[in-house]
Amino acid sequence: MASLRCFLRSGKNAVSAVLRREFHRTPPAAVQVTVRDALNQAMDEELERDERVFLLGEEVAQYDGAYKVSRGLWKKYGDKRIIDTPITEMGFAGIAVGAAMAGLRPICEFMTFNFSMQAIDQVINSAAKTYYMSAGLQPVPIVFRGPNGASAGVAAQHSQCFAAWYSHCPGLKVVSPWNAEDAKGLLKAAIRDDNPVVFLENELMYGVPFEISEEAQSKDFVIPIGKAKIERQGKHITLVSHSRMVGLCLDAAAVLAKEGIECEVINMRTIRPLDAEAIETSVMKTNHLITVEGGWPQFGVGAEILARLMEGPAFNYLDAPAVRVTGVDIPMPYAKILEDNSIPQIKDIIFSVKKTLNI
Amino acid sequence: MLTVIANALKGGAKINGSRVVVSARSFADLTPQASFDIKRCDLHRLDEGPSGQTVLTREDGLKYYRTMQTMRRMELKADQLYKQKIIRGFCHLYDGQEACAVGIEAGINPTDHLITAYRAHGYTYTRGVSVKEIMAELTGRRGGVAKGKGGSMHMYAKNFYGGNGIVGAQVPLGAGVALACQYQGKKEVCVTLYGDGAANQGQIFESFNMAALWKLPCIFICENNKYGMGTSVERASASTDYYKRGDYVPGLRVDGMDVLGVREATKFAADYCRSGKGPILMELQTYRYHGHSMSDPGVSYRTREEIQEVRSKSDPITMLKDRMISNNMASLEEIKDIDAEIRKEVEEAAQYATSDPEPPLEDLCNHIFYNDAPLEVRGTNPWIRLKSVS
Repeated sequence: MASLRCFLRSGKNAVSAVLRREFHRTPPAAVQVTVRDALNQAMDEELERDERVFLLGEEVAQYDGAYKVSRGLWKKYGDKRIIDTPITEMGFAGIAVGAAMAGLRPICEFMTFNFSMQAIDQVINSAAKTYYMSAGLQPVPIVFRGPNGASAGVAAQHSQCFAAWYSHCPGLKVVSPWNAEDAKGLLKAAIRDDNPVVFLENELMYGVPFEISEEAQSKDFVIPIGKAKIERQGKHITLVSHSRMVGLCLDAAAVLAKEGIECEVINMRTIRPLDAEAIETSVMKTNHLITVEGGWPQFGVGAEILARLMEGPAFNYLDAPAVRVTGVDIPMPYAKILEDNSIPQIKDIIFSVKKTLNI
Repeated sequence: MLTVIANALKGGAKINGSRVVVSARSFADLTPQASFDIKRCDLHRLDEGPSGQTVLTREDGLKYYRTMQTMRRMELKADQLYKQKIIRGFCHLYDGQEACAVGIEAGINPTDHLITAYRAHGYTYTRGVSVKEIMAELTGRRGGVAKGKGGSMHMYAKNFYGGNGIVGAQVPLGAGVALACQYQGKKEVCVTLYGDGAANQGQIFESFNMAALWKLPCIFICENNKYGMGTSVERASASTDYYKRGDYVPGLRVDGMDVLGVREATKFAADYCRSGKGPILMELQTYRYHGHSMSDPGVSYRTREEIQEVRSKSDPITMLKDRMISNNMASLEEIKDIDAEIRKEVEEAAQYATSDPEPPLEDLCNHIFYNDAPLEVRGTNPWIRLKSVS
């Protein structure tokens, strides 16, 4: 009635006002973005925002990126800011760290984190420890990024997960996004962070599209490093995971929901510093915990979470021992049937949930 | 110069009036500058090298003398403190190599950049950190340049990137600093030092490659003191022509015991880099009197006679002093006065370094991250929660 009166009073303007009001009532435009494009957007926006930011790595410029993550950036920003390096990881990682010490903000891409082992001394001894050793005189604002963990059919030397290795070291921040929104917000946060950040991507996730919110489409959208996200609320058991395995947990949770088991799925987003509080709060609610990761079990991410749980307030809330679902403790084989059985599958998560809940 | 006269006058006034008159008369007689021959450099892929002649002013000469002598006394004092167990862990002394650090600093600007390996006390001084702050860092006190948290190998200053413990790792870092200079469009260069031992590291060749490809303004300097820890150069390197090891990177081999030779070579190299031609490599032939570190007596792999011969024939400080005295550019008295001042300064610094308190335990976990909110750090057991601020 009121809108009719409005309409009659204000004539033509009212029509558009009503129409405008109609538009505002519809939900915001949902956009589908692949993880690859989200990473690309993040770098593009940060390169534009701060001229000290630059990208270096193998094939990042003229090849548009080995996995096309840096597509279009060289064409837009040129040789000065997007730099193709020779195949010399230790050298170019060191150069990136030196540039960061001298005032620039490099993004150093490792084609995969397996190759970062050649440069690991520069990441740990030159980047991570320097701010501490200099008692605050020398910060190192650098991002090391690239695909981490298992891919498909690339076998043992190209499939290792480095989350545990890098997360072991003080002075580093280690981030592991799952979906497109994570990828964009966390990469922007990592680039803006004044400290060395190891940014672990996943090759199998690059092509996966996700809906990203309007908020996430903004050029200032940043996800804080060090805070986990609850992807799915639940009351019977907590599943903690990072990167691609978050998707598997959600899939397992969907299957289990049909049987009346409600899983709370936590996406870690950051491995170091670990958001122990989020995990503890959840466990104090559900009384059961399973960690799920792609990496090897010994001294892994799950091992750390379980140890913290033992030492923290949530231990007394556990109704069953917390367990880990991990990659099999072997170098990654090539044959598909072997590879498929070397990493956690949805059935492994479901099985572990039921075992833990004694179902 | 005025300080020297003032000091001499002070000294004179203490004893008797007539001495003042004598000193004043002798300063007026001193030569303000002189020309010196310096050894020609061996060249690699260069048509011409630094000039074989250079002019030294009295002022510069005294400055170089003072700096080298301060470094010498500082290192000897560190030796003493180490033997008294007041300095612990690693301590790699630079005595014998002073002409390198001082000559290089004389050839570049304070706005240029420098990075070196672990034998870094001398460079920390030439790059602007006081003897007091260096010694207090060696003794691990809160007044140290890195608040006691870094130690001998991890001292930093503006445009000085340490002090690096991992052999060879500083070379890519230096090339990266040079990249930043180029990127930011300033006509600055980065001096990147490494030793004869490090010269075989793969990452150094990776750095040469990228520096040459991208024409980075990087002066790579190999301080060849003939021994990589206990291994002589002949036993470590298939080629000991370190100035040629850059292959496509032009190089020169310099007498590293002559501060004027080092200065001229550095100026030449800096001009080369600043003109945008790309990197250049300098080999400085030098010598360390001490062993590799304080844990190494330094006589199992070389003879005492060899050390003594270098000391008597090629000591950089003696050489400069003799040059100045014989050319009437300085008087023995004023050199003695300078020595006395330095001894006092180093003594006071050592006093400070032994009496300054150690860092407070509250500082244990600080400086993990820069520009970050305070965070909690796990202690040695789950009940100890420590605080870390930026």
